[in-house]
Amino acid sequence: MLLAGLATGGIYTLVAIGFVLLWQTSQTINFAQGEFVMLPAFFVLAAMKFGGLSFAAAMGVGLAVSLLVLGLLFKRLVVDPVIRHGVLPLVISTIALAILMKEGVKEFYAADAQPFPAAWATSNLQFGGAVVSVQNLVIIAVAVLAVAALQYFLGGTRTGRRMQATAQNPLLARVLGIPVGRMVLYTFLINAGLVALASFLVSPIYLAKFTNGETLGLVAFVAAIVGGFNQVRGAIAGGLLLGVADNFVAAYLSAQYRAAIPLFLLIAVIMLRPQGLFGRLEERTV
Amino acid sequence: MKPKSGTDHVFLFSWLIRGKRGLSLICLLLAVVLLVAAPFGLKPYGIYLLSLWAVMTIAAIGLNLTLGYAGQISLAQASFVGIGAYTAALLTTQGWPLGAAFALAALLCFVIGWLLGYPALRVAHHYLAFVTLAFATLVYLILRNEEWLTRGVYGISGIPRPTLLGWSTKAPLDFYFFCLGVLALAAAAAWWLLRSPWGRAFTALRENPIRASSLGIDTRRYTLMAFAIGSALGGIAGVLYAPLVQFIEPTAFTLGLSFNLLLMVIVGGAGRFAGPFLGAAVSVLLPEWLRFSEGLYLMIYAVFVMVLLAFCPSGLLGLAERLRDSWPRFFKSAT
Repeated sequence: MLLAGLATGGIYTLVAIGFVLLWQTSQTINFAQGEFVMLPAFFVLAAMKFGGLSFAAAMGVGLAVSLLVLGLLFKRLVVDPVIRHGVLPLVISTIALAILMKEGVKEFYAADAQPFPAAWATSNLQFGGAVVSVQNLVIIAVAVLAVAALQYFLGGTRTGRRMQATAQNPLLARVLGIPVGRMVLYTFLINAGLVALASFLVSPIYLAKFTNGETLGLVAFVAAIVGGFNQVRGAIAGGLLLGVADNFVAAYLSAQYRAAIPLFLLIAVIMLRPQGLFGRLEERTV
Repeated sequence: MKPKSGTDHVFLFSWLIRGKRGLSLICLLLAVVLLVAAPFGLKPYGIYLLSLWAVMTIAAIGLNLTLGYAGQISLAQASFVGIGAYTAALLTTQGWPLGAAFALAALLCFVIGWLLGYPALRVAHHYLAFVTLAFATLVYLILRNEEWLTRGVYGISGIPRPTLLGWSTKAPLDFYFFCLGVLALAAAAAWWLLRSPWGRAFTALRENPIRASSLGIDTRRYTLMAFAIGSALGGIAGVLYAPLVQFIEPTAFTLGLSFNLLLMVIVGGAGRFAGPFLGAAVSVLLPEWLRFSEGLYLMIYAVFVMVLLAFCPSGLLGLAERLRDSWPRFFKSAT
């Protein structure tokens, strides 16, 4: 149970980190983040169906297309023209983008849920009476690896440090000769990579469906806010917390009001500790 | 100012379209005539669409107060429409008059909207969007799960249309005029509100909250007020919605409708009085015009919204204003 919760939380975490990174470096609130997770699975399915590729090759294609479309094109075509008008127009623009992606998949691919092959065994292991699903273990492992790699990249490499500098103070970063525009682009690419990864992890469980993004996106926001909007480790904590809470509540309290749990958490955190559990107070939000 | 010779007609024309009051008056008269005359040539479905437009416009006016004037983003307007609709459905199927539903729904939504405004005092922008989004999800879950009250997913059917002083609004045409009447009242109330010191305070709140409070405006109360009044209008729209469609169920009031209302306000032009009217017209009628494209219309709409926001975030009315301001120049260079 805890394991399933951690696995769910791992996926939430990946999505939430991307979300937080986008906000940090470019003040982009991506309301289409959930749809960003839904889409890469369909890139893979389309590559397999129309391109006749093997699953592994299709995953590669899916990742590449995701980086291109959800990273580069999203920044160039959607964010760049709108961001100068402020945060609110961008929020609304990404809402429209979410509708566009959802309807696009429904119209051009399929309206019903599509089975998505898993890249690993779906059997269960027995550990002294406890049943452990391999899938959950794999998800946790991949999520941990991805987060660790990201942390190393951000903290341990030159480019990562430059990105952090850009996030903290774009003006000063520019003065110091950091190519701010390129750093922001990297953030978008990392976000695209993270959502693609989350997509490949989550789709074998929930099947690939055009409405998948709705709950995922919401939960990712909530995780980001609960953990602290301006901290990557906040997003990690928020994601894991939500995943575990989600599974426990569904099992022990009420499956009907399962969807309300993250929202209660959200309201509680916003009212009591608006900067999030792990966040710093931020002056520029107002 | 004396116009130069040779460009008289240009000046006359530009006076007509630039003279703000004159233009507004002409537009208003034209719109009223059109709205009264329109349903006579239409089939019942067309009349239904017009009624739906009137109902959605009321809800969008409410959201425009909250978002456009007071600057508080809300993704919960559909929930208030839902609360209003369920109030009307539950009361009128029990034999209560629709008037009672109006009063109760407006009061209920006002109070709930007031309470929802409290988080708005603590947080801004996107945080607020999520709080209201959470609220919207909660309302949906309650509507779906509390079957003793709302009959859950089965919905409530057979909602009667009201009789007003012996005038039965059972026929679509009569009900349309009823909706139009309520819309006129709501619009007049909003117009009056916006021109009152309250409305000015709302705008001050949006433009610069710190300066507003330093001028002695009680920002706390006005933020809550903006939320509460906007929500109450949503509730009133819901009370009309229930007898219009005569069957309601929870999925009609999900986030989709909230987004739709939000897009109406933005597309029309947030913070402009005529914005919701135009935005609701686009949102209700566009699917019909684009019927040939079948499932594609939502995509076309989404792309349209994104392009509009990139080039003219002040909406269609902002675009119109821009055109109006550049027209005389255009004419001058042509002559």
